[in-house]
Amino acid sequence: MFDLSGKAALVTGASGGIGGAVATALHNAGATVGLSGTRTGPLEELAATLGERAHVLPCNLSDADAVDALPKQAAEAMGAVDILVNNAGITRDNLFMRMSDEDWQTVLDVNLTASMRLMRGVMRGMMKARWGRIISVTSVVGVTGNPGQANYAASKAGMIGMTKSVAQEVASRGVTANCVAPGFIATAMTDKLNDKQKEGILGAIPAGRMGDADEIAAAVMFLASKEASYITGQTLHVNGGMAMI
Amino acid sequence: MSDVEERVKKIVVEHLSVDEEKVTKTASFIDDLGADSLDTVELVMAFEEEFGIEIPDDAAETIQTVGDAVTFISGAQS
Repeated sequence: MFDLSGKAALVTGASGGIGGAVATALHNAGATVGLSGTRTGPLEELAATLGERAHVLPCNLSDADAVDALPKQAAEAMGAVDILVNNAGITRDNLFMRMSDEDWQTVLDVNLTASMRLMRGVMRGMMKARWGRIISVTSVVGVTGNPGQANYAASKAGMIGMTKSVAQEVASRGVTANCVAPGFIATAMTDKLNDKQKEGILGAIPAGRMGDADEIAAAVMFLASKEASYITGQTLHVNGGMAMI
Repeated sequence: MSDVEERVKKIVVEHLSVDEEKVTKTASFIDDLGADSLDTVELVMAFEEEFGIEIPDDAAETIQTVGDAVTFISGAQS
């Protein structure tokens, strides 16, 4: 459907459920992919499954120097970075009154600050190429809030505001910046929920089921495509109707 | 005209799509040549590549005119 032949995409958090699905979808559409994450094993496995046009680029996103170096490593491996997918994210949930400085800072560092560093790092190449796609995977809770997730929700809301600002700065250069906001997606993260929690969640989703990682990947692939060139600064919600914003 | 000046002017003419005669040494990128702030960032990037130098952000902010660019680049090269 969408052709990304000749484009190079850097995907963070590619060892996770959504990141792996995103990398696979972009690769299937013809893109060369740079798979980044902290766990090398799953990245190597994914690269082996994808075959050609897949590069493993391990990076610890809480290490600022490593994050600054990643866009350069990706460009060396793939020739360029035409598409950046900021997908990596962590949670450190706790009631706000009990939230430690460390849990706040770690989540902000990995989810928001690392995304900023990567966006800044790929910008020069995209500006010169007069083409670029920045897609940040945020979350429905960045818009709605969620008890126990003040740090996570703040980081995800931050990504949306940052994306809107960057989108305005670079729109005239053919570079778009958008967010995809998943609702509840069946991944290792949501497997941990107990049956009662799951029941409660499903009751709030008009579609009556959790989403699939492939359904997030499809939204990312669309925003990465040539066809989405007039869409920028937007947040595309993929949540089975649980929040209509 | 020095070699540096000639190359700087060529980059400015190409990048901002302005007439060559407007690109004088005193011409301000923003006030006289119609550049926006993003254009000035791109010009600095283009100078860095053309001359194989690095222009730090604080220095880049002082480069407002064609002459500023020529002076900075000549200094950085020597």
